[in-house]
Amino acid sequence: MHNTPPIRILVQEADFDVNAELKRLSQQNSNIGAIVSFVGLVRDMNNQQNINSMTLEHYPGMTEKSLQDIANQACRRWPLQGVTIIHRIGLLQPTEQIVLVLTASAHRHAAFSSADFLMDYLKSLAPFWKKEATAEGSHWVDARESDQLALARWVTP
Amino acid sequence: MQLRYFASLREQLACSEETLNSNAETIEALLNELAQRGDLWTSLLRDNARLQIAVNQAIARRNTTIKCDDEIAFFPPVTGG
Repeated sequence: MHNTPPIRILVQEADFDVNAELKRLSQQNSNIGAIVSFVGLVRDMNNQQNINSMTLEHYPGMTEKSLQDIANQACRRWPLQGVTIIHRIGLLQPTEQIVLVLTASAHRHAAFSSADFLMDYLKSLAPFWKKEATAEGSHWVDARESDQLALARWVTP
Repeated sequence: MQLRYFASLREQLACSEETLNSNAETIEALLNELAQRGDLWTSLLRDNARLQIAVNQAIARRNTTIKCDDEIAFFPPVTGG
C-alpha cells in the first residue's frame, strides 16, 4: 500500500477560502493531476419553509476524530495525493459556505469518487447537528433516509 | 463516568454534561439506570430506537461494554454536511 498522503481537517466558525485551499493542496506535490472540490452551502429554503439562519452544533473531539477516520478510509480506497475537509460550526446565514471537501489524485476518477464517498460518510457519521431558524421558530433538522442509502452504496458485499 | 448529550437530546433533557457514579457494565444497563429518572429519560434514551451512542468518542451500540472512567455520549442521528 501507498503512504498516507497529507490530510488537512479543520472544524471552525470562520469561513474558508476555496481558492486558497486549492492552491495549498496543489502545491504540496507535483504529481497531482486532478483536484475535485465540493462546497456545501446554506439554502434559504428547506421542506417548503424559509430559513432565516442555521446553527451547527458538533461534538468537539469526536468530530475531528471521525473526519480523520473518514479521510483515512478514502486514502486506503483510492490512490490520493491529499485530502482537505473543512466544516463550519456556529451561526450561518443562507448562501454561506458550510463544508469543503478537496481530494487530489494523479487522475480524475479517484478524485471524483473519493470526494463523493467523503461527503456520503461525513453526512451519516460525523457528529454535526443543524438547527434551522424560521419565522415560525427554530427546529432541529431530521436525518434523511436518503443519506443512509447513499452510504450503503459504498459498502462492498 | 462522564455523560454528554447533544442537539435535541441536550435541549429536551436540559442537560449537556454530567458525572455519574454507576456500576453499569454495558450501555444497555446504563440506559436502564437512566430510565429510572422518569418518562422523559426513558422515552428519549432507552426507548428511543433512533438513539445514537458514542463511547470515548467512537460510535458504539447498546451491547458495548463500558468502564467507570469512560466518556459516553448520547445524540440524535447526525445532520452535518
